[in-house]
Amino acid sequence: MMESANIAEAATFGEIPPDIMVPRPARVSQTGKETHDTFTLSVETGDGNGVPQFAPGQFSMLYVPGVGELPISISGDPEEHGRLVYTVRSVGKATHALVTRDTGESIGVRGPFGTSWPMMEARGKDVLIVAGGIGLAPLRPAIYHILRHRGDYRRLTVLYGARSPRDQLYRKQLAAWAYLPDTQILTTVDYGGLSWRGYVGVVTTLFRYVRLLPDRTVAMICGPEIMMRYVVHELSSRGMAAPDIYLSMERNMKCGVGFCGHCQLGPYFACKDGPVFPLGKMQGWMDKHEL
Amino acid sequence: MENANNLLELLQKHPFTQGFQPKHLDKLSELGHELKFERDRIIFRERDESSFFYLIVAGKVALEVTALGRTLRVQTLSDGEELGWSSVLPSEGKHFQARALGTVKAIVFDGARLREVCEEDCSFGYALMKNLLHLVAERLQATRIQLLDMYSPAGAKA
Repeated sequence: MMESANIAEAATFGEIPPDIMVPRPARVSQTGKETHDTFTLSVETGDGNGVPQFAPGQFSMLYVPGVGELPISISGDPEEHGRLVYTVRSVGKATHALVTRDTGESIGVRGPFGTSWPMMEARGKDVLIVAGGIGLAPLRPAIYHILRHRGDYRRLTVLYGARSPRDQLYRKQLAAWAYLPDTQILTTVDYGGLSWRGYVGVVTTLFRYVRLLPDRTVAMICGPEIMMRYVVHELSSRGMAAPDIYLSMERNMKCGVGFCGHCQLGPYFACKDGPVFPLGKMQGWMDKHEL
Repeated sequence: MENANNLLELLQKHPFTQGFQPKHLDKLSELGHELKFERDRIIFRERDESSFFYLIVAGKVALEVTALGRTLRVQTLSDGEELGWSSVLPSEGKHFQARALGTVKAIVFDGARLREVCEEDCSFGYALMKNLLHLVAERLQATRIQLLDMYSPAGAKA
């Protein structure tokens, strides 16, 4: 009963632009390899209407002609106008088609869609960013934003876990950010070879190296859901309250605007009510079987 | 005397001794001594019968396992952590190789002697085993999460 009520509510077309389901033509302007299976693409829209603005944490629907459409988080700098940047891991037919587009080739773009990281709420506070694997991509715009408006935020801490050293995203950037004042960047891998001299262990083991002041910290988390559960547990045990913890949830998004219901997550649609949720909204839904 | 005081001070600050009574700390300080390992020094090897238990005071240690002809780092431990907990159990060979990734300063205890003292003084033994169990539970939990291989495309859906 609840499901149908929400779908009906979502399908209230009043405020929705009529062309929201129509992809805008865009051109791949730059591609780069991040890891053995992950690539970053820059795209520019070619319809003369300029590149849409986005807020950190939002995503686009990217359409590869003849292959399909995918929800992909925007991973670029929100204040760098003129292009949109996406980091994509090649895990299937559609993502493979996307990451193998050459410079100059076309794709379709819809969006940006969804909720964003709480950049306003985090002003004047410490920001703790916890990412796992490809989950660093949707958090990178938040990091760019904080670094561009450094005076608005206090200490920035980034904890990043990856499978192995060769799976780490944005390695050079992370290394460079670690030298910035009031910034702590800690990375760990699940296993490493002999040349890796950094931390080895799950991302939660990095908490022992962080000075966390629960009353003045906002946490932003993105990664595999199981990782986020353990991170939330760790934050709660260190005194952080649910309203200061935000998560980016991934579900099977199809339309991107709450029409189709594929990404329903309890009473919410991940595409429209998320992907960024305050923890309070997700409690009780994250560990629900088959949800 | 000064060394003994230093050791006691280091033990008081180490997270492993949280909840220890002063008399337990005194006893522990009588059993341990400080040790330093240079960078890349192998502290112990897989299957070694070495029976030492270490509290890391400074530096980073990698736990490594050799399989299929290559050596993998499966965990790093640093200041405030413990190394070689299996030494406190009887007849346990080392399951991993431990290598100092930089200069490492640690307090070292003979595992067999620790066991003897635990048998003689049950109050001390309970305090030590309680913290050791907490440590083992933490490691077990971390290992289980690692086993999920959650960053792989398949693991992320777990």
